[in-house]
Parts: sequence; C-alpha cells; structure tokens
Amino acid sequence: METLTAKQKQYLEQPKVRISGSEAIVRCLLAEGVEVLYGYPGGAIMPVYDELYKYEGEINHVLTRHEQCAAHAAQGYARISGKVGVAMATSGPGATNLITGIADAQIDSTPIVCITGQVPSHLLGSDAFQETDIVGISTPVTKWNHQITKASQIPEIIARAFYLARSGRPGPVLIDITKDAQFEEFDFQYKKCTGVRSYVPVPELKKSTIVAAAEVINSAKKPMIVWGQGVILGKAEQELKAVIEKTGIPAAWTILGASAIPTSHPLNVGMVGMHGNYAPNVLTNECDVLIAIGMRFDDRVTGKLDEYATQAKIVHFEIDPSEIDKNVKSDVAVLGDAKDSLSKVLALLNTNSHPEWLQKFNDLYDIEYNKVIKNDLDPTSQGLTMGEVLKEINVQTKGEAAIVTDVGQHQMIACRYADFNVSKSNITSGGLGTMGFALPAAIGAKMAAPEREVVAIIGDGGYQMTIQELGTIFQNKVPVKIVVLNNEFLGMVRQWQQLFFDKRYASTEMVNPNFVAIAQGYYIEAKKVTERKDLASAVKEMIASDEPYFLEVCVEKENNVFPMVPSGASVSDIRLE
Amino acid sequence: MATEQQLYTISIYTENNIGLLNRISAIFQRRRINIESLNISVSEIEGVSRFTILVNMTEVNVKKILGQIEKQVEVIKAYYHEDDETIFQESCLFKIKSDLLFEERQIQNIIKESNARIVTVNKAFFVLEKSGRRSEIELLHRELSVFGIMQFVRSARIAVTKDELKITKMLNAFKN
Repeated sequence: METLTAKQKQYLEQPKVRISGSEAIVRCLLAEGVEVLYGYPGGAIMPVYDELYKYEGEINHVLTRHEQCAAHAAQGYARISGKVGVAMATSGPGATNLITGIADAQIDSTPIVCITGQVPSHLLGSDAFQETDIVGISTPVTKWNHQITKASQIPEIIARAFYLARSGRPGPVLIDITKDAQFEEFDFQYKKCTGVRSYVPVPELKKSTIVAAAEVINSAKKPMIVWGQGVILGKAEQELKAVIEKTGIPAAWTILGASAIPTSHPLNVGMVGMHGNYAPNVLTNECDVLIAIGMRFDDRVTGKLDEYATQAKIVHFEIDPSEIDKNVKSDVAVLGDAKDSLSKVLALLNTNSHPEWLQKFNDLYDIEYNKVIKNDLDPTSQGLTMGEVLKEINVQTKGEAAIVTDVGQHQMIACRYADFNVSKSNITSGGLGTMGFALPAAIGAKMAAPEREVVAIIGDGGYQMTIQELGTIFQNKVPVKIVVLNNEFLGMVRQWQQLFFDKRYASTEMVNPNFVAIAQGYYIEAKKVTERKDLASAVKEMIASDEPYFLEVCVEKENNVFPMVPSGASVSDIRLE
Repeated sequence: MATEQQLYTISIYTENNIGLLNRISAIFQRRRINIESLNISVSEIEGVSRFTILVNMTEVNVKKILGQIEKQVEVIKAYYHEDDETIFQESCLFKIKSDLLFEERQIQNIIKESNARIVTVNKAFFVLEKSGRRSEIELLHRELSVFGIMQFVRSARIAVTKDELKITKMLNAFKN
C-alpha cells in the first residue's frame, strides 16, 4: 500500500467543489501525489498550463525542450523512484512527439501518465488545426488510453490512469482531453481508483505452481537463475537475494534487471544476452534448470530461440500471463507478483550450494577476463576505452551512482562494467533501444532522487538526438553529470558494419561539433579528456561538482564490444573476439 | 499442440468502449494475421460486448494472441474454440430482380430447397435471406448467380459454445 502525504490528502475525497476541468486536472495530479511533471505548452492544453501557473507552489512543471524528452524525463523519474512519472503536451505534434517515449515505456514496463490537450470536441474529426487522432496513434503502444470530452469524466478517468499505470505490470497510459472539457465547470471530487472489473493486475498465485517450482529447483544439479526487471518493479530484491543465498544458485540478469542484486554479490554471475557475460550465456545451454524471474525472454537475451536452453527445464516466475510460453516454453509457470511468489517458494526450497557448478562460471569468467575485460578496463593501447571510463566512474562514485545510458556501445559497456550497489540504478532504454533517451531520462531521475548521484553516459550519436535538453538542465539547475563517450562514430552500427558488412561504414561516421562549447553555451561546466593521464582527475572533478557537469571523453574510434552473440546465433556461440 | 493452421473462433467479452476494436484488431495486425470475419454485438450480460473473430492460424499462435488480447485492460475474458466446440452460423442477403421470381421456375425451387426466406418483394426486386453454414450459403450463391444477383452480402460468423463460459460468475466475483 502506498502511503499518502498530507498534501495529497488535501485533494482526496474532499467535499464537492465547482471548478473548471483544467483546474480539476491539476487537483487530480496533486491528489495522486505528483510533485513534478514534464511537458511543453501549446494551444489545446493552455487552460491546464494556466492552472499550473496558479498552483506553482504546489506542483512543479518542468519545461523540456521537446515533448519526446518530457516523456523520457517522466520515464527516468519513474524508473528511479518506482512512482508514476507524468508528461504533458498539446494536441497534434505535441502529442505525436510523446510517442517514442510512450513506446519506450510500454516495452520496458515503465509507469507513466501522459496528458495531451485535444481540439474542442465539436472539431474532432474535422482535420482542425493541430488535430491528430492521438488515441488511435497511441493505442498499440499504451497499456490504456482514453479521450475525455466532458469535464465530469476527468476525476474518474485520471484516477484510473494512475491506477492502471502503476498496478500489475506497469506501463504508459495516455489521456487526451478536449479543450472544451478543460474549460467546462463541474462539481469536482477525487477518489482514487482501486480496481477495474475487466482488469486483473496480479494473477492469483497458485500454491500448486509454487510446489511444482520448488520441486524442480530442489532436484536441480546445475540450476541457473535469470532475473529481469520484474524483480525491481515488484520490489522483490530482498526475496530474490534470499532465494539465491539459500539455494546457492548462480544468478544472471537481463539488462533491465541490472542492479537488483549488487554487482559484487558472489552469486551474481553477470548479464545475459547479446553483449552479456560469457559464462551465463554459455552455461544457459548447459544448466539443467533455468529459473526465469520477471523476465520475458527477449530475442536479445535468447539468441536463436530453438537452440536456447533446450536441455533445461524452464521455471518461469511472471506477473503477465501473456508472457508465459510466448517465446520460451516453460515446464513450470508461476503466475504472480515476484515478491509474493519468491517469498512463498523460498520456504519450500532446500538450503544448498553448487560449488562445482559455480566454479564453471568462474572459469569462464577468467576466459572472458583475459580475452575481453582486461583490455577494456586496463588497456595497454594508446587510445582510451569506454571501459576504463566506467571503471573510473565506479571508483569515484563507489558504485552508488545511478547510471543512465542511451543506446549503443557505451550502453553495453556501462551495463557490463558499472558497479551497482543499489537497486533501481540502471536506467536505460532496453526493449525499444531509443537513442536520445539518456539525457532527458537523467533529468527525471535526478529530480526524483536528488540525494543520489546520477551519471548519464551517452554516445556522441544519441547525445545529439536530444542535446537540446541541456537547456532544461540549465534552466532548472538539475545537477546531472553528463559523460559523452565520443568515438566519432555510431559505434554499434559501425561494429556491425565491420563484422557483417565488410567494413562498409555507410553513414556511421560523425563529424562532431565542439561539445564543450555547446555545454558552455548553456552555462554548464564542461571539460574534454583525450588522454589517459587526465581521466581520473576529470571524473573526480565531475563527481565532486554540485552542479550539472559535462565531460566529453574521446575514446578509441573503432573499438568493438565483446562478447557478442551474433544476430541469429545461439547464446552458446557467443564470440569473444 | 497443432502446428498446422486451422479455423478458430475467438470469442471476446469486453467493456463497451470506443477504441477497443482498434486495440484488438491491432494485435492481429502486428502479427500479420488476416481476420476472416469479425462480429461485435451485445452479449448475454448487460453492458458487456461480445467479439466473435474467425481466424485461420496455428493453435500455438492463437494461444499467444489470446494472451495479448486478454491483457488489454477492457477485455474481460477471451476464449478460442474449434468448429466442433461451437454452434455457429453466418447470414446473408441476396437482392435479385423480381421478374426472375416469376419467370424462372427454378429459382422458386432453389429458395424452397435451401430454406432461404424471402424478406421483401416489390416490383423491381426481392430480397432473400439465408442463415447457415458457409458451405450452404456458398452453394446458394452459386445456384443463384446463374440468374444474376443484383447485390450480395454475407455477415460474419456468430457462434455460441457448447460448454459454459462462466463469464457471469467472473463478473459477479468482482462486485463482491
């Protein structure tokens, strides 16, 4: 149960009061405990902005420089806090610009509520100025969406939006509100939504499935756990840790599961998937029981599906029934919330250890270390590597930072090498792979958790997709640390071109601007490092700063990320070079 | 589990909300599945709509689709059935020149034998209605097309299941 703040209570279940739809929207947000929202004004949402102006001391609206970034900022906010992030935009282009962020939130199960203005209801369908059918457009990428044309619908629909965004498997909800509904007055009262009859947020946990799962796990000789974001979303980190420690089962994570268990935990055997660690990928095809917890067997995790863990019994702990057998057929499916399921199965699991089996992971780690990790973290070559930058960030932040990454080589390197001591510390665009995600997401993350160090690690390509958010950072004095790992290439695409397209570097080389000057143009302190000797002091200075800080690190141009499961290959055919 | 394609009737109980058709059809579109027929009507439960969708696909995939349909917030419950598990019908209308009814004796026999029903007759045309299996409708269509059909339309399949669906029980459980 969430606890209500005193401020929230002022707006919850109060006597009816006659106000406009737009004021009601703001009061709904306050009743839901929203303290900050991200957005961009425009014609069809102006009445709401007028109310945000009046309620300025109560709720903080952050003007992003593009609506896409309002959605990403809301995502960053949600991912680090577990609370619902809120984005707002006007009709037409404002609304369509949100779509990338909404699609990202849908595939990565991030709870956000997007509110869009819409042309007055009498103009709907008439191709009015800035009219788009945003409900139609957003349907495939939202958990739920709805159009409001009457002010009286506002409280119930917004209450439902927040409930649906955060409950069960979370996701994005879009509410489109016509301008006439914003102006219309009605008798306002807000009640939180506690259920929708056609919707089962968490399937009922069946005792028989818990018993069956425990039986399979207890009889396993070479078991392996792969956990995903479901553990974080379900606040089941402690339960997972208890299961791992009681059973002694080596546990690996998907990219979105990162940080649920500290990197340094002796049973944490690393990341699975295309650029994951060698041992968990190879041993996926040797384990006798694969225990999947809150993960969905994404193709980047499984590689070639018909050669994925075919020898193993699959036990799948999952909240979303549609994920069962979607990609990998399970032998035991435990439907339910991760926290509940894991705590119940824990009681039935035998205390155990698997020293020989664990040793296999360690042996393969040594191979990976010698072939890949050593050169990434302690390179002997002249050029800087992305890995050594991560290593330095680990040192300076003591593994306490939240790492926000974009998409590409730097993302894989960051997820592979960042030390995570605290859950909800890896904020990245996993399923959708949205370049441009990191900078705005870092804004949301830092604002939701000001006490935490938030370091955005971004490639030179993705950075330029949302670089304008430096303006948001500057205006709102958001002390995020921005590290651009500049290899003057769209590095991951270039890597594929090198490996699979005979080095035909089609449109991947980037001639970049003076990034330091651009940051300075936004009055953000900025530094550029080109040599190894300057790296440590620069990272130290960045972390020590209480203000936004930009650090460009020029890295080796044509380094590749390994290990790598080539597209279409089996996970055990992972390449080390 | 069957990996060959066959006809499945998908029955979906939903809230009656704008946009839900779009949401459900998008799930088929994503997987490039052609909908053979689609019917939406009221159901036995007040305020609850019933989709009847006919698709040609494998059982493995129909199960996956069903999961993704049921996941939609406003979908109460979805089922899939093979033909022998349901009672199903389609309905059709033929518009035919009235002259033929009197000039072509054969037409009268066809109407009688096919159990088709004359809905209306006027000077210019008459309208024939036939409900039944697809094959019966197709046979009638073949027989009448010899004489010329002014207009023809066939409805989607509608189906009820032989087994109980327990949907009302499910909805009552929510109220408690």
